[in-house]
Amino acid sequence: MKRVTTILGISIVLIGSFFLIAADHIDAPAVQGTTSDITDFYAFQGANTNAIAFVVNTQGLLSPTATSAASFDENTLIEINIDTTGDNIEDLVIQAIPRGDKMYFFGPVAPSATGLNSVIETSATTSSVDITPYGSNAIVETNNGMQFFAGPRDDPFFMDFAQYGEIIAGNATSFNDPGTDTFAGSNVLSIVVEVPKSQIGGSGTINVWVEAKGKQ
Amino acid sequence: MKTIQSILGIVLISAFTLTSCSSDDNTIVIDNTPDFSGTFAQQDQMGRPAVNTVFVSSTSKDLFNTTIPSQQNAAFQSMFQTNLTGLSPAFANTGDQNALGQDAAAFTGLLATDVLNVSLDGTTTFYDGTNVLTGRALADDVITVELLLIFGGEDFTENPNLSDDHVDANDKPFLSSFPYLATPW
Repeated sequence: MKRVTTILGISIVLIGSFFLIAADHIDAPAVQGTTSDITDFYAFQGANTNAIAFVVNTQGLLSPTATSAASFDENTLIEINIDTTGDNIEDLVIQAIPRGDKMYFFGPVAPSATGLNSVIETSATTSSVDITPYGSNAIVETNNGMQFFAGPRDDPFFMDFAQYGEIIAGNATSFNDPGTDTFAGSNVLSIVVEVPKSQIGGSGTINVWVEAKGKQ
Repeated sequence: MKTIQSILGIVLISAFTLTSCSSDDNTIVIDNTPDFSGTFAQQDQMGRPAVNTVFVSSTSKDLFNTTIPSQQNAAFQSMFQTNLTGLSPAFANTGDQNALGQDAAAFTGLLATDVLNVSLDGTTTFYDGTNVLTGRALADDVITVELLLIFGGEDFTENPNLSDDHVDANDKPFLSSFPYLATPW
């Protein structure tokens, strides 16, 4: 009984905020439904085991019909932050921002300032890739040992979010088996960059996070 | 007449171009470099999956997105612990731990600093049964891992109704090479 009461109590607290938000999709009021809404962030060893692939997904829950009209925003800077010294402060950044039909990349580079406000580090290694149009084969560019992609992809996130919402709302006490992937059939706008490990610390453990920053 | 118009056009274009050209000779420089000027201010951030969604109270979600990771523990660990012990029966009693041997304070102390730890020395996975928090691969079932750590108790056996959403894989297979993500629907 204590368990039921506890779950019920949580339901009341979370019901207003939890429904239809997931990994980081529409996680907070100020970014929900905007070009700054990061849905997911991945970092993993690449097919080339000497490199790390970073995946940043934005603007989630795009239906196939909405995907061709979705676009990156020239006023939204996506910044991958890399802490190589264990203090959770970025020592390196990789910046991505679109101009016209291209996504431009800067870095990895030590930022001129850490924290909430950034300028684009135009003196850093500069790369670019044509943004892959919806329905086209993936366009990939390489520069300085790195690989780059930008464009719409299937949302790789999977979860029975609808049933979680039912549990939190007090309408269900269990997940279903099998569950249903709430994100099946939906797309995101993806930025993928693969970087040699030698350019982001070499060995050991790094701490990484991604930020979306709006032009002031 | 047509020739005069053409010459006039060229003169006008030249005058316009030259006035915007700072060089002191007659070379016309056309600058195709895009404008990257300005200051960009933080709006959203993310390290590990679902952290802001699950552990941050609804009125603080924007604040969490604009608090730098090195300051998140001081600002949010207490809130995370309150929300965890309220959320999960597996953390309802003093001394309760998850399968990583973390009590509520230790678990939320880890999560409150929302960065993704990535190993540069080998396997990169959120959790694969052996490696813990060495990255996040596309196929990692991060939600079930988090549900197990939140609801599964000391040995992953508690609250089985809540500790697995039974969606174990993506709806499209991933690619084995760059850019790894499946084509859009």
